[in-house]
Amino acid sequence: MQNFGGNVLFLDRSDINTDEIIPARYLTEVSKEALKPHLLEDLNLEGFDPKVDIEEKQVIVTRSNFGCGSSREHAPWALELNGIHIVIAESFARIFRQNMYNCGMLAIDLPRNFVDRLFDEFSAFDTEIYADVEKSVLKVRGGGREAEIPFSISEFDRALVAAGGWVEYADSHY
Amino acid sequence: MAKTVAEKIFDAHRVDNPAGDMYVLGLDAVFCHEITTPVAINDLVRRGKDRVFDPSKIKAVIDHVSPAKDSKTAMQGKIMREWARRHNIEDFFDIGRNGVCHALFPEQGFVRPGYTIIMGDSHTCTHGAFGAFAAGVGTTDLEVGILKGVCAFRYPRSLKIEVTGGLPAGVYAKDLILSVIGRLGVNGATDRVIEFCGPAVDEMNMESRMTLCNMAVEAGATSGICYPDMTTVDYLWPFIKDDFDAPEAALAHYRKFLPDADAQYDDIVQIDAAGLSPQVTYGYRPDNVSPVSQMEGTPVDQVYIGSCTNGRLEDLRVAASVLSGHRISDSVRAIVSPATPEVYRGALDEGIIHTFMDAGFCVANPTCGACLGMSCGVIAEGEVCASTTNRNFYGRMGKGGTVHLMSPATAAATAIAGHITDSTLYEK
Ligand code: SF4
Repeated sequence: MQNFGGNVLFLDRSDINTDEIIPARYLTEVSKEALKPHLLEDLNLEGFDPKVDIEEKQVIVTRSNFGCGSSREHAPWALELNGIHIVIAESFARIFRQNMYNCGMLAIDLPRNFVDRLFDEFSAFDTEIYADVEKSVLKVRGGGREAEIPFSISEFDRALVAAGGWVEYADSHY
Repeated sequence: MAKTVAEKIFDAHRVDNPAGDMYVLGLDAVFCHEITTPVAINDLVRRGKDRVFDPSKIKAVIDHVSPAKDSKTAMQGKIMREWARRHNIEDFFDIGRNGVCHALFPEQGFVRPGYTIIMGDSHTCTHGAFGAFAAGVGTTDLEVGILKGVCAFRYPRSLKIEVTGGLPAGVYAKDLILSVIGRLGVNGATDRVIEFCGPAVDEMNMESRMTLCNMAVEAGATSGICYPDMTTVDYLWPFIKDDFDAPEAALAHYRKFLPDADAQYDDIVQIDAAGLSPQVTYGYRPDNVSPVSQMEGTPVDQVYIGSCTNGRLEDLRVAASVLSGHRISDSVRAIVSPATPEVYRGALDEGIIHTFMDAGFCVANPTCGACLGMSCGVIAEGEVCASTTNRNFYGRMGKGGTVHLMSPATAAATAIAGHITDSTLYEK
């Protein structure tokens, strides 16, 4: 099973919706590649500059209800095209969460105190997080500190990540 | 064990239970539109799996940007058209017959109580108005739906919203659902199904029930559901009359999808409709809801009446009754888009289109268009739109623009006044 991770982009806001992740005006694209430069272009968050802040990031840490709004899978694709394969949040909108696992990526929900801790202790520094899917643990490193945070992933989601996504899984099972 | 509506539908459609509370359901219908389907089609082709599980259970429409506005949207239409043709999908609605998916598909009789339906569109929950489990999904789920006729969901938990009392004059299903979202919050029903019930819902026609269920997702819900009753059967009767001897027999059949008396809910919310007033959103979240009276006087640049939330004939009727004998303010521009050709025709026959035109509205064709800021009424940076749609996210109707969600009555009154105002001012 793959291990994912890398540099962290902290987005300190709840309810970031899929219109903010990838605006509707790019939904006319039928090729995924075209979405790449527009990730988080309309994000309403003070001090955030998508052109600079997304660069070289592989992990997003954010608050609650990430990915709410439209069902567009363009949102996880835009993340994937920018090399971001993990989103860690207090909670996710259902469709977004399912879309992430369907694409073989990770949407990890953590209890609030863990998310608070990530923000409090690490968001001021360059931070890296790696997810060990097998052991269900996140390894966090930044600002001279290290932490290990356990997470849970359902058996089914683990099977989807292992199969490389839902299309392959469903076509071989049903 | 006592069950909710969603639990009954899940148990009746279970194909597999791969792990824990994940259920793989067999699907009765897969709905498709030209924004999310072409990517799924292209991906299926790329994987060498360009097949459909059952062409008669796939319903497809070009609705979001119609007529095509540029080469890219034209290409999306072309991919849909060619795909529908090569797989013999008969229920494909191209321009001239097309309308906003969640208004068109019920009108065509594609929904039944107890059905399982998915679509690559978050407002698929609208179809729960018929007592179906209908849920929005992403492209990959849509792909698998098209290919295998199945979709995976967590076994549902439900929330019951019981509405007693009658809606006061000038207050509509839209005001009710806005106040519900304000109360639950955008995350308040995540991973749950909302059952809407009680005397006020029983009183509603199917159009109002669709408005109610349409916005369930705005509180995070997987689906909204109303209980099938005689109103449901009467609406569906032209499509089911060959299957049953009498409407009563159909109702008896559909009753098996009513919840058991002691079914378990995460929460039961009681609302007295009589205490409601017209509602409107502010800011950029659909749970930022306030009584119209507190937003009175907020200036707007554009008024938009249409969409899968409030673009049906009943909505146009209500708006026209407010507009009749008035002209819109010089300070606004106003657009109405009847949600389907049948709605358009009905509005023509009833003289409603005349009323809109006399008031100074632009009458657009059936399409999603402005609702998601793609065509037919995109607003400029810094502009404000009073709208009967369902999302007020920042930039939803055009980059840097603001949207206030409201009922068709409030939108019509706002068009006359040029600022947000209560429709009862124009009651005759
Ligand atoms: S009218 Fe708006 S909300 Fe409804 S399906 Fe079209 S774009 Fe989506």
